[in-house]
Amino acid sequence: MSVLLEALSVGKRFGGVQALKDVSLTIRAQEIYGLIGPNGAGKTTFFNVLTGLYTRDSGDVLLAGAPLPLGSPHLVARAGIARTFQNIRLFGNMTALENVMVGRHVRTRIGMFGAILRTRSQREEEAAIRRRAEELLHYVGIAHRANDLARHLAYGDQRRLEIARALATEPKLLALDEPAAGMNATETGALRQLILGLRADGLTVLLIEHDVKLVMGLCDRVAVLDYGEKIAEDVPEVVQKDAKVIEAYLGGNVGDSST
Amino acid sequence: MTDLRKYAGMALIALALLALPLVLTSMGTAWVRITNLAILFVFLSLGLNIVVGMAGLLDLGYIAFYAVGAYVYALLASPHFGLHLPFWVILPIGALLAGLAGAVLGAPTLRLRGDYLAIVTLGFGEIVRILMNNLSAPFNITNGPKGITRIDGLNVAGMSFNSTDTLFGISFTGPAKYYYILLLLLLCVIAVNLRLQKSRIGRAWVAIREDELAAKSAGINTRNVKLLAFAMGASFGGIAGGMFAAMQGFVSPESFILQESVMVLAMVVLGGMGNVWGVIAGALLLSFVPEFLRYTVEPAQKMLFGRLLVEPEVLRMLIFGVALVLTMRFRPAGLWPEARHRREFGEKRA
Amino acid sequence: MDIFLQQIINGLTTGSVYAIVALGYTMVYGVIQLINFAHGEVVMIGAMVAFTVITALVGAGLPLPPIVLVFAGVLTAVPVCMAIGYLLERVAYRPLRHAPRLAPLITAIGMSIILQHLALLIWGRDPRAFPQIMEVTSFNLGGAAISSVQIVIILLSVVMMGVLTWFVYRTRFGIAIRASAEDVRVAALMGVDANRVIAATFIIGAAMGAVAGVMYGTYYGIAHYTMGFTLGLKAFSAAVLGGIGNLAGAMLGGILLGLVEALGAGYIGDLTDLCQWPVFGGLLAERCEADGHVILLGSNYQDVFAFLVLILVLVFRPSGLLGERVAERA
Repeated sequence: MSVLLEALSVGKRFGGVQALKDVSLTIRAQEIYGLIGPNGAGKTTFFNVLTGLYTRDSGDVLLAGAPLPLGSPHLVARAGIARTFQNIRLFGNMTALENVMVGRHVRTRIGMFGAILRTRSQREEEAAIRRRAEELLHYVGIAHRANDLARHLAYGDQRRLEIARALATEPKLLALDEPAAGMNATETGALRQLILGLRADGLTVLLIEHDVKLVMGLCDRVAVLDYGEKIAEDVPEVVQKDAKVIEAYLGGNVGDSST
Repeated sequence: MTDLRKYAGMALIALALLALPLVLTSMGTAWVRITNLAILFVFLSLGLNIVVGMAGLLDLGYIAFYAVGAYVYALLASPHFGLHLPFWVILPIGALLAGLAGAVLGAPTLRLRGDYLAIVTLGFGEIVRILMNNLSAPFNITNGPKGITRIDGLNVAGMSFNSTDTLFGISFTGPAKYYYILLLLLLCVIAVNLRLQKSRIGRAWVAIREDELAAKSAGINTRNVKLLAFAMGASFGGIAGGMFAAMQGFVSPESFILQESVMVLAMVVLGGMGNVWGVIAGALLLSFVPEFLRYTVEPAQKMLFGRLLVEPEVLRMLIFGVALVLTMRFRPAGLWPEARHRREFGEKRA
Repeated sequence: MDIFLQQIINGLTTGSVYAIVALGYTMVYGVIQLINFAHGEVVMIGAMVAFTVITALVGAGLPLPPIVLVFAGVLTAVPVCMAIGYLLERVAYRPLRHAPRLAPLITAIGMSIILQHLALLIWGRDPRAFPQIMEVTSFNLGGAAISSVQIVIILLSVVMMGVLTWFVYRTRFGIAIRASAEDVRVAALMGVDANRVIAATFIIGAAMGAVAGVMYGTYYGIAHYTMGFTLGLKAFSAAVLGGIGNLAGAMLGGILLGLVEALGAGYIGDLTDLCQWPVFGGLLAERCEADGHVILLGSNYQDVFAFLVLILVLVFRPSGLLGERVAERA
């Protein structure tokens, strides 16, 4: 399988804390890749560096061979990485459909004057945006809530909506930040099906997750971070038996709360 | 059937709007002028609505862009420099310069927290006022506090807007003619507002207002899109300023003080941020407050106390201040809120 | 007379006042991240109240020494302003603490307008002159003049800054304020009463603002209902210059801004005298010969400096001289 994303010795420091230390990892096309680790291991930091919310202090990230722009989320989205947030961040007072339509922003181009003059190409683009957004809502299974405000959706549906918004940007890599957090068993099962379906449709998925069971059962390969360093990267069966990983989880915090 | 009723209603409103100046003229030309100014303020409020209501950027120096438009018109169409360019050349220049001023002002501040934009725009309003007052020496550009007089009125196809014409046996005064052209402009501005709201850019504005970080991650270049809102609002102000100069024939720094910015903000906030129709209602309501006070409070005080204790001007500002505070406290989404905005403000953030 | 030294002295005087007002902005901002637009009006009301009391006492013809009169004025102004500060927080800002950011900002500007026009109602449209109660003596300092008023303003400001620093760093309540500035929620979990702390920042800021108002009014000899607007804008710029939320930054920023303004006002006229530049001197030869000078920007542009400083800081160092980064947090 070809390599989609390559992180090369990525480092990030906050004041005196080295949050990421030379983290290198490789995500192959069309795989489901899990990133796990105890609390404060640097998973979310890595995620934020990857998606441009933080600037990295050292190292490089290549997406499909091209260097990823530094520290601007919208350029990262344009380059082909879309993300969701651990604590869901939707546009609460826009409808579900509008939320997904916003996701189309980066792949469309009609500007202000087109909108004011309502040109033919504007109307066509607008219709295409709406059509695609409707398809995506249907895809994640919440088409019936299209015209409800995002904040009025149930928790599980909000997660789905966030994924639909991310998909609207036509990502090569979909990065999910603890998508199962706060979900019950049924919802987690449904999420699992959704992620498997995404992969089946050709997408690559990066998953940060606390739910080790979900990660081990779902991911093709898993990397483990501890104190900002990658201590293992392999298929779940191997990682599970890795001595360093066991020590990191058992020797440190066993807790399963969110980072 | 309902369609028919809808069209009939619209026709009725259109007819009423068309007949309004004729009715008002019979009450006195002053009323037409007051109405014209009110329309101008609706215009301004809709411009500010793009900035504050849709994109959620607090602009406290909005009137400065109005001033830019007004002075551009005054300088290019008055004996002051001996220039008499036609309005269709000047208005776009005014809009462009005001928009440019907005972009220059917004560029350094828009990447920071919204509060900074508020304070910088406040300062910008001050700067423009100081410039208007002082750019009379050593070279006389603005004529200082005295302002610029004898500004050319509009002139369309040889018809002057400053004199009375008779058409179909009905006489149209100057202000009445301005009313029609302002109404026309206003319709354009309303259309622009509504169209933007339902567009890719408009959605991006609202997304930024809702959650800037999520908007960024969803691929929106927030800085540019905010800049666009800011410059767009400013250029609306520039056009309104040009119309103001043409209509009044006179501009001076006095018309562009902080209080005016606050008034426009109060109109947007009271009516309902983000909702075009609410903003229009708010602007009309507050535009007529001073007139209302002049005809009620002033005589009432004279009757009760024998003299004027509280000037209507002061009372007006107090009302605006109180309106801002009370609206935010009890009806944060305004008197006529946009549905989605009402929900945002109605529920507390987690 | 040494213009440079003179402008330094003048700059230190106004700068001290800016610093004291800036502290009011920065304390509130540090804890609740709100620009209290109405702070400038509180300062103005402080000046107005003090002037009224002093004028009344002078009018009563009591044989009191001037220092007692001023003291009485300040002692009335401070509690009045503290009460206003508390009311502002309680009535206008506290109910909106969890509202979207735009709401308290709009309320703040509304409160500012209300206070300003109430002052207009009470004290009228004309400037109030400071009653002539004492001879202002001037001392010679290396070729420049420093007046007794200037000395008092500078010293008093230093004392107030000292007391505030002591209070914030050495008392229990001060530590609670600093903890809340770090993180209101965590501080609350540690048992800090957030409401009390927030109210306290308003009250302390208002008290200092009242003194600053009296100092400012005394220095310029007049008080006016609009004085709070410009003064507030400048003091806020000073707070941003120093790094908003940072006490030492507000002090430093205030002093620096005062100096920039004074030196700017002192030299801008000469610097922008077109006649001294050969290019323009030739073009404007006639006017230069007739008037001697063609000054592009006179000292009437003094008020612009604060704003320019604000813009420059925001462009090049938005965190201010001593502050942490203020860009939108992730």
